[in-house]
Amino acid sequence: MLITLLTIFVLAIFVGFEVITKVPPTLHTPLMSGSNAISGITIIGALILAGHIGNPHLAKVMAFVAVIFATINVVGGYLVTHRMLKMFKRN
Amino acid sequence: MLSQDLVNVVYLLASVLFILDLMWMSHPKTAVRGNTVGAIGMLLAILATLASERFEWSYILLGVAIGTLIGAISAAKVKMTSMPEMVGLFNGFGGGASVLVAGSALVAAISAIDIEATMQMKVATVASGIIGSVTFFGSYVAFGKLAEFLAVKWKLHTWQKVIKYGFSLVVAVGGLAYAADLGFHPVALGVAVSACVIAGMLLVKKDRFPGMDTLKWAAAAGSVVLGVLVVMNPHDTPLFWLLVGVAGVLGVLLTLSIGGADMPVVIALLNSYSGLAACATGFVINNTVLIIAGSLVGASGIILTQIMCKAMNRSLTNVLFGTMGPTSDTPDADEVYKTVKSSSAEEVAMILDGAQRVVIVPGYGMAVAQAQHAVRDFANNLEARGITVEYAIHPVAGRMPGHMNVLLAEADVPYDKLREMDDINPEMAQIDVAIVIGANDVVNPVARTDPGSPIAGMPIIDVDKARTVVVIKRSLSPGFAGIPNPLFANDNTVMFFNDGKKAMLELIAAVKEL
Repeated sequence: MLITLLTIFVLAIFVGFEVITKVPPTLHTPLMSGSNAISGITIIGALILAGHIGNPHLAKVMAFVAVIFATINVVGGYLVTHRMLKMFKRN
Repeated sequence: MLSQDLVNVVYLLASVLFILDLMWMSHPKTAVRGNTVGAIGMLLAILATLASERFEWSYILLGVAIGTLIGAISAAKVKMTSMPEMVGLFNGFGGGASVLVAGSALVAAISAIDIEATMQMKVATVASGIIGSVTFFGSYVAFGKLAEFLAVKWKLHTWQKVIKYGFSLVVAVGGLAYAADLGFHPVALGVAVSACVIAGMLLVKKDRFPGMDTLKWAAAAGSVVLGVLVVMNPHDTPLFWLLVGVAGVLGVLLTLSIGGADMPVVIALLNSYSGLAACATGFVINNTVLIIAGSLVGASGIILTQIMCKAMNRSLTNVLFGTMGPTSDTPDADEVYKTVKSSSAEEVAMILDGAQRVVIVPGYGMAVAQAQHAVRDFANNLEARGITVEYAIHPVAGRMPGHMNVLLAEADVPYDKLREMDDINPEMAQIDVAIVIGANDVVNPVARTDPGSPIAGMPIIDVDKARTVVVIKRSLSPGFAGIPNPLFANDNTVMFFNDGKKAMLELIAAVKEL
């Protein structure tokens, strides 16, 4: 399992480098807010831990706060990126 | 209930959509589509997770509702000039979420008798705790410095005081309450001490204090030692919190002394950390989509960090640990500025009268003066007179990568008029008038001419090679590097001392009079 996950990790880093090198400086701010929204993917872990039946209460409360944080990241990140990208127009 | 296999297929689909999102970010025409596709990927991943098992819904629904409300309101309200603060803050939420998920998973795994915490999980929890905590506290400091309420001497607005003292209070009281709850045994006491150290450092009105570097190294070493201890004793939850606390001290110290022109580097670096923290959390809960999405963000932040460092001709170590400022052989400002010519809106309008090509070079001063709309109106006026107007953007202009581009896009400047530094520099000699608004170090020719200068070797926009240079600035005060700029005293330079926005409005009126 660990080796599979490490393989995915290393390959994803390479994909990331390859794809992001092509983003022009004009879009660097939307890139940052957009990738910020993607890093809100932690919400997956937060949801499972906050709702899993039988988890100790402490674990649930911690995960609950994590759900709030990650949701802010996801919702706010995608919306603000959308707002910015809409402003970029050609002549 | 979806089977785990089906959930994993949806996660794979979400990962593909995230990659497409970033691929389509390579052009403004496709970027909106990319962002939408990324959001769909996130939604699919969330829905698949929620359908994967029977849940208790109260915390899930409440958490999502609160987060959606806060996220949506802040995304709708934030001003474009405040984007660096917003992104800084959001990085922090990402880091904080990762710490909490890792901690929660540790608590959950230990209480479940049938699950033994594996070595992978323990190491990943430690990594997630350290990176996440550094990101959380570092981002808070970056946010506070950008919003100008941390490490400053001046009087604060009420909302700034509420955040500044409120945050410190919550951290300190949280640490102390936790220690009291556990009956003040040594580790719990350590949690309280590190929380109070963090709270105290955030109240200091300077960005440097004696012993800072020693404390920085101590916190770094402490995090590593505690990390090993947590791996050896995963049942000791207080030990995990002590690790988070000590890593938090490190996060504050790494960001506190950085300011001004180095801010874009820090924001990009914290962006990368927030991705790596999510990635580490993926290893904690054995989840591939977290690892893939986290690596993409980590790579993105690292690339932006490199671009920013290169644009300042400095190494990352130098940005994080070094200092920048005038050296002993920095020339005297009065001597350099002997031949400065000050002029009026009417004189600048006369210069523009005969021009064919004009380049506008914006800097952070344009953002501070909220002058982007006035700049666009001014450019429209020039274009109505048949003058070609373009914008030259330095990679580190502003407080985050691409800051100037977003501000000009907000003011309806078409993106094909925004030229990159390397692209426009060879054409500088053919430019009739270069108008510098609110930029200083990024147009300082000393970077090319004086190898002993603190900005030696930094690539600059060669405005001094244009036929005439107009510099709009409130005074002759130095930029972040703290050195005088001989450009201001050149024969072909005129200074127009004014606030950025007022200057533009006066120039519009003067050009109309021609």
